[in-house]
Amino acid sequence: MTDTSVTPEIRARRLRAGLKRRYAREGRFKLYGLLAIGVAVGFLLLLLGRIIEQGHTAFYTHTITVPVYMDPARVDRAYPQGTNFELLVAEQQLARMGVADDAAGTKAAAMRSLFSSELKFAAAARIQRNPDLIGQTVPIAAPVSDDADLFFKHEISRDTPADQRRISDEQIDWLDRMKASGQVAAHFNTGLFTKGDSTEPELAGVLGAVVGSALMLLVTAFIAIPLGVGAALYLEEFAPRNRLTDLIEVNINNLAAVPSIIYGLLGLALFINWMHLPRASPLVGGLVLALMALPTIIIATRSSLKAVPPSIREAALAMGASKTQTVFQHTLPLAMPGVMTGAIISMAHALGETAPLLLIGMVSFIPGIPASFGEPTGALPSLVYIWENASERAFHERTAAAILVLLAFMIVMNAAAIFLRRRFERRW
Amino acid sequence: MTWLFLPILIAAAVAAYVGGRAVASRRARTLPAGERSHSRPGQHGAYALIWTAVPALIMLVAASVLAPDIERQLTASGAPEAVQQLEPFRREAFFADARAVGDGRAAVQIWPAPYAELLPAEGQRAARISQMLSLGGIVSAALAALLGALFVFSQIRPGMRARNRVEGWIVGLLFACSAVAVLTTVGIIASLVYDSMRFFASVPIAEFLFGTQWSPQTAIRADQVGSTGAFGALPLFAGTFLIMLIAMAVAAPVGLFSAIYLSEYAGPVFRATVKPVLEILAGVPTVVYGFFAALTVGPAFRAFFNGLGALMAGGPLDGLGQYLMLVQNQMALVAGMVMGIMLIPFVSSLSDDIINAVPQSLRDGSYAMGATKSETVKRVLLPAALPGVAGAMLLAMSRAIGETMIVTMAAGLAARLTLNPLDTVTTVTVQIVTLLTGDQEFNSPKTLSAFGLGLTLFVVTLMLNIVAQRIVQTYRQQYD
Repeated sequence: MTDTSVTPEIRARRLRAGLKRRYAREGRFKLYGLLAIGVAVGFLLLLLGRIIEQGHTAFYTHTITVPVYMDPARVDRAYPQGTNFELLVAEQQLARMGVADDAAGTKAAAMRSLFSSELKFAAAARIQRNPDLIGQTVPIAAPVSDDADLFFKHEISRDTPADQRRISDEQIDWLDRMKASGQVAAHFNTGLFTKGDSTEPELAGVLGAVVGSALMLLVTAFIAIPLGVGAALYLEEFAPRNRLTDLIEVNINNLAAVPSIIYGLLGLALFINWMHLPRASPLVGGLVLALMALPTIIIATRSSLKAVPPSIREAALAMGASKTQTVFQHTLPLAMPGVMTGAIISMAHALGETAPLLLIGMVSFIPGIPASFGEPTGALPSLVYIWENASERAFHERTAAAILVLLAFMIVMNAAAIFLRRRFERRW
Repeated sequence: MTWLFLPILIAAAVAAYVGGRAVASRRARTLPAGERSHSRPGQHGAYALIWTAVPALIMLVAASVLAPDIERQLTASGAPEAVQQLEPFRREAFFADARAVGDGRAAVQIWPAPYAELLPAEGQRAARISQMLSLGGIVSAALAALLGALFVFSQIRPGMRARNRVEGWIVGLLFACSAVAVLTTVGIIASLVYDSMRFFASVPIAEFLFGTQWSPQTAIRADQVGSTGAFGALPLFAGTFLIMLIAMAVAAPVGLFSAIYLSEYAGPVFRATVKPVLEILAGVPTVVYGFFAALTVGPAFRAFFNGLGALMAGGPLDGLGQYLMLVQNQMALVAGMVMGIMLIPFVSSLSDDIINAVPQSLRDGSYAMGATKSETVKRVLLPAALPGVAGAMLLAMSRAIGETMIVTMAAGLAARLTLNPLDTVTTVTVQIVTLLTGDQEFNSPKTLSAFGLGLTLFVVTLMLNIVAQRIVQTYRQQYD
């Protein structure tokens, strides 16, 4: 390297060339960062978009309105529940369309399978309320079966080979004719929000799971929030600095990172096998989620207690307040917005937690709507898991709909937390 | 009945508070002029409340813990000969039905001749015993409350330091709250170790940790084929590791680069929009990711690889093509990728904190030397933040290992020792869920093996967490 051969111009040119390369590298690096963010945001949009796309169809369903002659020979005045209304409706609809049935009644059976079994209960209840309808022709809005519903929603395509779809060419023809005659109507699927779980997709609703999740969160909130706030107050305001409190601190940090399924094992061994609390009940679920939420609540509470300036404490102490009075009358009230924000966020997190619930028995099929803390129940996230595993195609859209309901609850809770933070949080 | 007693106890406690306050202020009036009572009347009231309610509550809790055992023994020992000869669990069932019959409900089981006649009488006797016991509990609780109240009211005088004593109780209560956190850890370790010990009694630890065969179906009949049950968990560890690697391959670069961009390049507006989006991504429940993986990503990947295989089949890479055409929905790649997406916000927010903790002076020094932003990041920030970033990655790995729902819904059940991301593998968490959600018989090695897996998972994640937290902590102290 001799300085004589490198004139200042050459050096400057080299520098410029190097600078160009370096700026290009800079641009590439920046682009990688933007790409990474694009990937994250893109996945979120894809995820939400797919779930809305799959789930929005579950919010409406179809009925077929059929004028039915309530044949006194078939409908018993005293016991209308005994009548096979589905078959009655199917036969009369076939007759109206001019389709002749064979002796075995296979066509009527095929037509009947297009209606939901809910038709029977609705019609029987109607006759029971008003027995005078017997002998008259009554228009009945019959809810359709899951397969017919999927067909109307174009989820089952007529182009699929007949042996690969669950409704036959003949049934498709009937559905088309009924649609052409204006008998088919779409309406909001209220059943999704007013019914418990069912093995038949068109009868399955999320209410049981919503109530179960609510009961569970109630237990969690009642246990985890007081315990968590108490523990945080002790560690932040009262605890002497010694090995015991250090141990508790390390412990809490580690508990926050223990996989959730381990809490499920703890719940199974401790609450169910040892304490014999009822399996799959909101009580056990709430206890397990409370243990899980405890470390996060403690950490959130501690950080908002830390944010209260020491001058407040010193002023209170100077006025003669005791340590306890200072904490409960000054520090805690000032830290409350932060505490509540942390508590709500951890509750929202607990609402979406699934793995521990599976282990304490919430995978079983529970059709009812829970009325107490001690009876078996489902929960929204475990319902998502159960429905996702179901074989019927119509459960897929319902799974996505259940996810949308779950996300809606979480959004409401998080919005409440953000509101609290914006409205009440103080910067010192 | 116990529940009826609680309102009474609350009323008694409130009465003790009001009474204590009144007594304290009356006794304070007897003081000579110029002297004052140490504590305020309300603090005396609170002290009276504590001494009335706490002994009674302790008695109630003790009674409800002890009562079932005593009740079982009393009902069994007083029963006729025939009932005493029943096996314990049959006897339990008998008394359960006897109580039902005594209440006028129907019995669950059909009982043969000597027992059927005994049901109503025994039911009434059992009901009497349980009534006696709960009455006994309530009476002793009431007695405890009374004694406590007598004690505390005799104590009230102007010189008593009621405030300090009440505050002592409050601090004790707060300490008990923080002890729950420790008790949780103790509970986790105790329950995992206890059941794992029972599992390792039938399966040696070495076979569990290093065995390469996993098929936990144990024999229902001894002569059944293929039912011996093999508990070599190595394939599960391999599957967990593979999925974790794939997840980290997605989450580490994407998370780190987005953190770098957000902290070094992004303007305040961009930051304020992207951060909430990442927070939403972090808040989505894992079951939703699982659904997305199983019904969207899985089928899409399968279609892609099957299509690719169909293109390659018949060509020079025929073997590979044939393989790709048979790829399943539940490949490790799908679960790993979706898990990686789930971890992006976690990695990104941790790295963001860590990069922000690097002192501004380091950046300024680098810029002053003429370095570009990316050179500063690569040559100054990242080396300085390396321990912290490594800690964040370890925490993310621990999350990936312990994650359950995504793998349960999107990975398979086939325990296979492979590193091929297109194969179906299974993980530790998937097996725990499978073992404990199907039909389970208690105390069989099959059920207990879940606790062995749980213990392994707990130990591994705990070690990762402790190491990671240490690293992050020392790193933070370095720049504080």
